[in-house]
Amino acid sequence: MSATAERILTTTRARVIAVERETHDTFTLTVAPADGAAFEPFQPGQFSMLYVFGVGELPISISGDPAEAERLVYTVRSVGQATHALVSRKPGELIGVRGPFGTSWPVKEARGKDVLIVAGGIGLAPLRPVVYHVLRNRDDYVRLILLYGARSPRDLLYRKQLAEWGRAPDTQVLVTVDYGGLSWRGHVGVVTTLFRQLRLHPAETAAFICGPEIMMRYVIRMLEARGLAPQDIHLSMERNMKCGAGFCGHCQMGPYFVCKDGPVFSYRQMQPWLDVHEL
Amino acid sequence: MESKPLEEILREHPFLEGFKPEHIRKMAEMALEVQFGRDQIIFREGQESGLFFLILSGKVALEVSAPGRILRVQTLEAGEELGWSSVLGEGGKHFQARSLETVRALAFEGARLRQACEQDPSFGYALMRQLLRVVAERLQATRLQLLDLYAPRAAKLI
Repeated sequence: MSATAERILTTTRARVIAVERETHDTFTLTVAPADGAAFEPFQPGQFSMLYVFGVGELPISISGDPAEAERLVYTVRSVGQATHALVSRKPGELIGVRGPFGTSWPVKEARGKDVLIVAGGIGLAPLRPVVYHVLRNRDDYVRLILLYGARSPRDLLYRKQLAEWGRAPDTQVLVTVDYGGLSWRGHVGVVTTLFRQLRLHPAETAAFICGPEIMMRYVIRMLEARGLAPQDIHLSMERNMKCGAGFCGHCQMGPYFVCKDGPVFSYRQMQPWLDVHEL
Repeated sequence: MESKPLEEILREHPFLEGFKPEHIRKMAEMALEVQFGRDQIIFREGQESGLFFLILSGKVALEVSAPGRILRVQTLEAGEELGWSSVLGEGGKHFQARSLETVRALAFEGARLRQACEQDPSFGYALMRQLLRVVAERLQATRLQLLDLYAPRAAKLI
């Protein structure tokens, strides 16, 4: 086996430091290296393969601060046996980590521009590292605009941080829910309805989108209607992944392997494949 | 209320984007400035309210009653429209509208708007075209809501 393949396929043991409840079904795990060696640095948008010993391995986006190399943070929605097992880990227990894998949000190329983030549901998790990066390197960017939609108020991730980010200079955070009760006094409507409150400078904006694929398609239509070019729109795709490194072909999408060539793609790359049925 | 003349306020409202000056003047002649306090019911579901509003500031929630609870299905803010069905003049309101904060708006009687449309088809075309845009946007948003995009699925990436 080549050294590269060995590195890709070798699981590193990590110790769970904390498991925090974000919503009724979503949790944030923080892990640290269990064997002394540091984790490989990651870029915003990359993911790891997390192994719950005896249960299974899952691709999970890294949702923490890229500048904090001594630990890795993952936000996981408990929707099946493996994710339930993952979020049920207790501090001190071990899991396996492979990666980081995949492409990243082009934060360097976005320097000097407005950064527009559009997230839906748990799609905010892979974009949180971008927010950390922009806020940490504030002078490199102009405006930071975050549009975030969730199913209901109880499904909103990182509520405290959303409020904090909204108070940062030159930062606009607009949050909406599809349905709200009487106690919710914020915006109600799908995430695309937030665009009416925006003034975009299309030639000076880099847009990063993550959420359900249908949502991303509608967001792209709104962005194109406002003059953004396909190369300035980036999205994170999801497909079933197994190896995480382009060996197995489970996540093939047209000519791409989402795990290796993605998960972050420019819309220019994805344009021919987004509307293809059963791809 | 705004100290600006009504025509100027209307010219800046997105609903009237692309309207001819004479059409904006006509709208200004029919406009009535209104204000609602926080948590005021603007109209109730099923009510025969004949008013159409252009929101200037504040936030309005559209609500629907379900057994034992009230569900908030949409909010409308400055630059948006409220009560489009009044312009059609058919049946009662589809939702209850509640101001979530102090709301300033321009109100128009639906019957007067319809009359103006019949008298001046060019104005009527401009108004109905904009209303159709509003209805189409709301229909699209409702379809997306119905898809329940964020419902749990088997885990993939994320």
